[in-house]
Amino acid sequence: MPVADLDLAAEREPGRLMLAAFARSWQARIGVAAIIALALFCFAGPLLYRTNQVTVNLDLKDLAPGSSHPLGTDDTGYDVLGRLMLAGQSSLELGFTVAIATTVLGTVYGAVAGIAGGIIDAVMMRVIDTLLAIPWLVLLLIMVNIFPPSLWTIIALLTVLSWLGVARLVRGEVISLRAREFVLAARTMGATTSRILATHMIPNAIGVIIVSATFSVADSILALSTLSFLGLGLPPPHSDWGTMLTSGLDDLFNGYWWLVYPPAAILIVTIVAFSLAGDAVRDSLDARLRR
Amino acid sequence: MSGYLARRAGQAIVVVIGVMIVTFILIHLEPGSVARSILGIRATSDRIAIFNAAYGLNQPLYRQLISYVVQVAHGNLGTSYYLQQPVSGLFAQRLPRDLLLLGASTVLALLISLPMGIYQAVRRGGLTDNVLGAASFTLYCMPAFWIAVMLVALLAVQSHVFLPEAPAGASVGSMLAQPRALALPVLTLTLVQVSGFSRYMRSAAIDVLAQDFLRVVRAKGLPERLILSRHVLRNALLPVVTIVGLSLPGLVTGAIVVEEVFNYQGMGLLFFDAATHRDFPVLLGSTLIVGVATVVGSLLADIGYALLDPRIRYASR
Repeated sequence: MPVADLDLAAEREPGRLMLAAFARSWQARIGVAAIIALALFCFAGPLLYRTNQVTVNLDLKDLAPGSSHPLGTDDTGYDVLGRLMLAGQSSLELGFTVAIATTVLGTVYGAVAGIAGGIIDAVMMRVIDTLLAIPWLVLLLIMVNIFPPSLWTIIALLTVLSWLGVARLVRGEVISLRAREFVLAARTMGATTSRILATHMIPNAIGVIIVSATFSVADSILALSTLSFLGLGLPPPHSDWGTMLTSGLDDLFNGYWWLVYPPAAILIVTIVAFSLAGDAVRDSLDARLRR
Repeated sequence: MSGYLARRAGQAIVVVIGVMIVTFILIHLEPGSVARSILGIRATSDRIAIFNAAYGLNQPLYRQLISYVVQVAHGNLGTSYYLQQPVSGLFAQRLPRDLLLLGASTVLALLISLPMGIYQAVRRGGLTDNVLGAASFTLYCMPAFWIAVMLVALLAVQSHVFLPEAPAGASVGSMLAQPRALALPVLTLTLVQVSGFSRYMRSAAIDVLAQDFLRVVRAKGLPERLILSRHVLRNALLPVVTIVGLSLPGLVTGAIVVEEVFNYQGMGLLFFDAATHRDFPVLLGSTLIVGVATVVGSLLADIGYALLDPRIRYASR
């Protein structure tokens, strides 16, 4: 076997170990199953369960759950079950987009700071300390007033606010890897910094990165719901679970329970699912490290 | 230790100045003129010019920043555009209410989550551990506003145990005199914090329980209750001290939501209104206060860590 193949096989081993540990844990099974079910519900659901979510129909408003509308209708006549699917698309898309953008931004920033070291690292870290010292909601409230809310500005704002944690983690990981023998060996063999980053640092830090990316989906869906509650969420015609929940809350004590509990339940189930998956990835990462 | 502290204090000052600069730049990015949003859309250009001159808004941005920093260094936070009151006076009125809200809920959360975490660690894998774990995990995944609304529904609307709105009194004393109104805001923030603290306490206690010195303590014949309170609790407290010190920004976010739900007249609500009315001095002042509190919180967490654990020595490099 050529040396390169041996090398690859050895590198794949911890990944396979991690995957096996992941597949064994019940948190992973429940989390992943729930995420798949939610994605199917939101994206495939509207193909099977067709509802009118475009035009207002006041004849159908405020209907209690029944045979034609399993979860009733809201104050403009939209079918709540169909609305949940549509709103879920925004919530999930936003969660995933923010998670990916956050991870990329944080990884690059953290890796650069960790590799550069010295004064550059110190300055880059003070920037993070500064932004972390302002609570995210405070920053977001200021920024929402600057940029008019739309799906993309909210994605951008949530990303700008949530990459800090990832950047810190990746920097710590890079700094601890920098002193390891195999990195020193690669350096003595004349590998360039970018090669060391790409072939040694990132693959070794990938576990930490995936863990924070998974939690980041949950965090951004949670953050979006808080923004919606404060009236600063996605503007119409977009809807998300937080907005549905918030508008339902006005009438909770008037008996319109179907406008409140379904969006609340699906919102919490989603956050629980991603958090369970995140916990499972972290545990399987520990399984790799223990070996 | 003192060298380390000096270095950390230096970093803290840099961070606080950074917070001021970031907020300053951000709020001045807002399009449209402040004068118009305060004086109304039909304000004449003369009135706008007077407003801008009075608040120094006709100066270049860097000049405004420098004069703001100088002003803050003299202990003057400026005058609210919207409420026409000194910002420091507004804060003096609001801050004690937040100290009450955050202080009471943090103390309550610790009183609940410390024993809960230790109990879960001792009986780990058991039914109670799993039930409590699942409960705090679910709580952790809930938006703070949802917890607040559910508490109102259960404890104020269905059973009239507590009131759905925060006490209206001006002083902390008069708020304390209305425990039924104060209960739900405090309880909401308590639950938000218990969900975080108890997970840390549980895993910290599990780590302590696995250590060798506990076998010696047991062999000595110490009763289990004393082992837990004197040895396990003390050692497991260390990571929790850090978490409490670092949890402040998250707590402030929770406080904004809770104050909005219960109409609790604290800093969070003041900030929220200032953000919608573009009341710059109040916005700048509140981020400054929160920034300072966060930095001091993490500094205190480090110092507390060293005081509680003599094994920890900070390098004064």
